[in-house]
Amino acid sequence: MRRKTLATLGVHAALVAGAVVTLAPLLWMVSASFMSAGEANTSPPPLLPGRATLDQYRELFVRLNLGRSFFNSALLASCAALLSVVVNAAAGYAFAKLRFPARGPLFAGLLAAMVIPGQVAMLPVFLLLRSMGLVNSYAGVILPGVASIFGIFLVRQFASSVPDELLDAARIDGAGELRIFWSIVLPLCRPILVTLGVLTFLGTWNDFMWPLIVLTDDTKWTLTVALASLSGEHVQDTELMMAGAVVTVLPALLLFLALQRSYIDGITAGGIKE
Amino acid sequence: MRGLSAWRAREAKAGLLLVAPGLLLLVTFLALPVLASLVLSLTDFDLYAVGDPSAARVVGLRNYARLLHDPVFWKALGNTFFFVLVGGPLTVSLSLGAALLLNHKLVRFAGLFRTIYFAPVVTTLVAVAAVWKYLYHPRFGLLNAALGLVGIPAIDWLGDPHWAMPAIVLMAAWKNFGANMIIFVAGLKAIPESLHEAARIDGAGAIQRFRLITVPLLAPTFLFVGLTTTIGYFQLFAEPYVMSGGDGGPMNATLSVALFMYKQGFRWWSIGSAAAIAFVLFAVILGATLLQRRLQKGSEA
Repeated sequence: MRRKTLATLGVHAALVAGAVVTLAPLLWMVSASFMSAGEANTSPPPLLPGRATLDQYRELFVRLNLGRSFFNSALLASCAALLSVVVNAAAGYAFAKLRFPARGPLFAGLLAAMVIPGQVAMLPVFLLLRSMGLVNSYAGVILPGVASIFGIFLVRQFASSVPDELLDAARIDGAGELRIFWSIVLPLCRPILVTLGVLTFLGTWNDFMWPLIVLTDDTKWTLTVALASLSGEHVQDTELMMAGAVVTVLPALLLFLALQRSYIDGITAGGIKE
Repeated sequence: MRGLSAWRAREAKAGLLLVAPGLLLLVTFLALPVLASLVLSLTDFDLYAVGDPSAARVVGLRNYARLLHDPVFWKALGNTFFFVLVGGPLTVSLSLGAALLLNHKLVRFAGLFRTIYFAPVVTTLVAVAAVWKYLYHPRFGLLNAALGLVGIPAIDWLGDPHWAMPAIVLMAAWKNFGANMIIFVAGLKAIPESLHEAARIDGAGAIQRFRLITVPLLAPTFLFVGLTTTIGYFQLFAEPYVMSGGDGGPMNATLSVALFMYKQGFRWWSIGSAAAIAFVLFAVILGATLLQRRLQKGSEA
């Protein structure tokens, strides 16, 4: 009995220590964002603001116009999530349930293409977008990432569990294939579509390299690009930067907390052999 | 009979129609660009050619040859390997450790701890890299203040070329361990408790059970986690970009291959040479993937 109590204590002590270390950077970020200018750059560094102030946030939104970037990020992430769900759900369902020519080789090709790092395609995609006049446009940020091999896999795996009898019954009732996809398959696949939507939304919200390359005009910048630029110009303004970091991180964290189950299902989907 | 074949034809048509948008996008923005990238890497495509592609000339393997003689490229490759070979195992061990703790029978509030450990994964890299930049500040950073409490003298984390890359490794481990942890937890849950029970009755201790039951049954999860972490870490970009103000300093100490490619391609517009860098990165990732598969097969045999 004593040994068990000790073990319980030990495990929880380790867990709590881990939690403190994990949360410390995020808690300090929030705390420093409420400090007055220059307060964080004192020695020893203060953990809490002497007098909490919203000055940094006011500076960000009123003078530096960060609201614009916030709007851009939200718009791009929402559109990317929506488009990605529709496109990848269609392909994933077709690969799972419909027999069409070259299905096997096409799928094997997707599988093989999974190891290609995104950087390899970036230069030609940029030149292509340039020739289409899509550099410095929202479409240029979203379009290259809409179709995702991972997304197609995710939906395909889920859609294979849709019973064939159900689809055949609908066919016998005279429903067209697209109608079946739209009114039967999509509602049945809802859980995985939410997962895919959340993953895409957060992926786009957090993405940095591609919007950095495509967006040249600062009114079109996403939060990440605006924040990176800010950190160059305001390197000494710790408190201001932390307010910017809070504004960027908080929506992602809140969305994750609200839809935690869906998000984690997506992460684990690839990891476990069925 | 005719009804059935008409049915089949309709199904095939619908199938092609439904995969078409996705495949078309993947061909346009992945397959063709990868081929184009290979072609570009054999040319001297530069800023002039961006305006007028006919200005580019085929130079054969010269871009690759030049890379081999460029000490900055070797520096970037070395930094990237350091990040993968040190950061990868560090991240995966943290993930496994956290998963084993969470999976412990005696744990209360496992869900809460899981959420906390996972939180850094969903945070925005650019934002938390900025946070860590200040945590690493030599005079006002919390990290040095904490180390000072136990008598360790201040380290210039991001200013000293010896410490800059380890600092990035540490931050990346903090940011990423939660993702693998979730996968390990799912893998651990899939191991039937009855196996542990049986081994315990046979007198196996905790370490023996870990070695003989957990490790072999977790092997597929290990492969998946190892592969995704390796592939992801080879593409290191935003951490050094934000922490070094975009140039991979100090003294190229945090220059990664992807950052080097970005600078060559999108800052200096040496697109031919940048495409060659991208292909070397591709080859390295492909090699690492095959190697890990081989090792896994070898250990199973």
